[in-house]
Amino acid sequence: MSNFIRKLGRWSLGLVQEAGGMMLFLLEGLALAFVPPYRPRRILQEIQLIGVKSTLIILLTAAFTGMVLALQGYYTLRRYGSEGALGSAVALSLIREMGPVLTGIMVSARAGSAVTAEIGIMRITEQLDALDTMAVNPMQYVVMPKIIAGIIAVPLLTAIFDVVGILGGYLIGVVLLGVSSGSYFSGMVQSVVPLDINGGIVKSLVFGLTIVLVACYKGFFTEHGAEGVSRATNQTVVLSAVLVLAWDYVLTSFFM
Amino acid sequence: MIEIIDLHKSFNRQVVLDGINLTIPTGEITVVIGKSGVGKSVLLKHIIGLVRPDSGRILVDGLDIAALRGRKLREFKQHFAVLFQGGALFDSLNVFENIAFPLREKTRLPEGEIAGRVRLRLEQMHLAPEVEAKFPDELSGGMKKRVALARAMIQEPKMIFFDEPVTGLDPPMTNTVFHLIRQTHRESGYTALVVAHDIPEVFSIADHVAMLHQGRIIAHGAPEEIQRHPDPVVQSFIKGEVDFLEG
Repeated sequence: MSNFIRKLGRWSLGLVQEAGGMMLFLLEGLALAFVPPYRPRRILQEIQLIGVKSTLIILLTAAFTGMVLALQGYYTLRRYGSEGALGSAVALSLIREMGPVLTGIMVSARAGSAVTAEIGIMRITEQLDALDTMAVNPMQYVVMPKIIAGIIAVPLLTAIFDVVGILGGYLIGVVLLGVSSGSYFSGMVQSVVPLDINGGIVKSLVFGLTIVLVACYKGFFTEHGAEGVSRATNQTVVLSAVLVLAWDYVLTSFFM
Repeated sequence: MIEIIDLHKSFNRQVVLDGINLTIPTGEITVVIGKSGVGKSVLLKHIIGLVRPDSGRILVDGLDIAALRGRKLREFKQHFAVLFQGGALFDSLNVFENIAFPLREKTRLPEGEIAGRVRLRLEQMHLAPEVEAKFPDELSGGMKKRVALARAMIQEPKMIFFDEPVTGLDPPMTNTVFHLIRQTHRESGYTALVVAHDIPEVFSIADHVAMLHQGRIIAHGAPEEIQRHPDPVVQSFIKGEVDFLEG
């Protein structure tokens, strides 16, 4: 029994220590954005890697999500004779929940894992040490641009997700199942209020920051060679997906 | 001159450096030898500011670098360069960009001047001009080391630290890299600290040799003195005798 309590205590301490370490890591990364050299070129490169290269997977995920929402929604709403509400159902689901959450999970799977692997390999091959010995702060050169890129790219990807998802829903609901185009869009215009959009933007900002923070932190403190990089990459995908869902609950309860 | 005074370091209660005292004279090549895992790289990482000592001092021209922080530490780092064991070339940059990196980061030289200096270093390292467009994963081990040496040399530092510069290379390439170190040292006159265990090749480049064993410097002197050193541990290492006892 005492052994179990000891293990639990050690695990809890480790958890608190890691959370504290991550917070200090984030503060340092953000603070370095305001210290010269400002590195706009590096930030653009990271937006390309984290954002632009995730666009295709976001387009595909969004299109199918919108199509499934429309298909499910249509048959449910038809039972109550409310097919006209399909547009608002699809739009609200996407803007409030599905857009930010699925974008977050897809970015963590594609870009989060890539960021951890990249920084982890830089750690084990002494590239981060090389930067340090050249008097170039690795936090500023490697981590800060990725954090800023995450904050910029994920909300933009979420916006793309929402628009493409709504168009996917239109394709199934209007073109395939015969809902009127006017009611699809007018229902949407009437039911979506600025709070829904603001909530979606805030969520996507928080998710973007969380995913890139976890990815950079896990990569930066990688140990034990190639196996360590593999473990860190795995942890990034699992932890950032769980945190996205946990944050989603917290933020949803805040915006309700 | 670099003076290491009573340097101690432990990791998880395991003593790695147990009172190191060593002087590295200005403008000369000092080689630290010793078995794998004895703490040679840890000693080097203390001198370049990547690891902080538990106690002791590291004086570089009288300045205690173990006590430096922030801007002063960054200023100190601009006076030296490091050639890491695996080269530590940046994967995302090609050879040209790797060599130009310190100049682009730390100087305001025009691109034309940077290109001229990079090509000069490539030539000095006997690397063909077409190599400059290649990425590190397209290079052989020996080429990586030469590119890393070119990058280390590009800012003409006062000190260069070499961490196992020939590990993993075949004998001709080992001799090539040592030849390049000797040649660049002759031309630039930098202070060099080489951490290596390649016997007898290291004796050909060293002005001074120090042997690290069980956390301490057990022998220090000119290469000839070390080769004739009476300590059986030194002789056993130099002769490469089988040693199953050292875990």
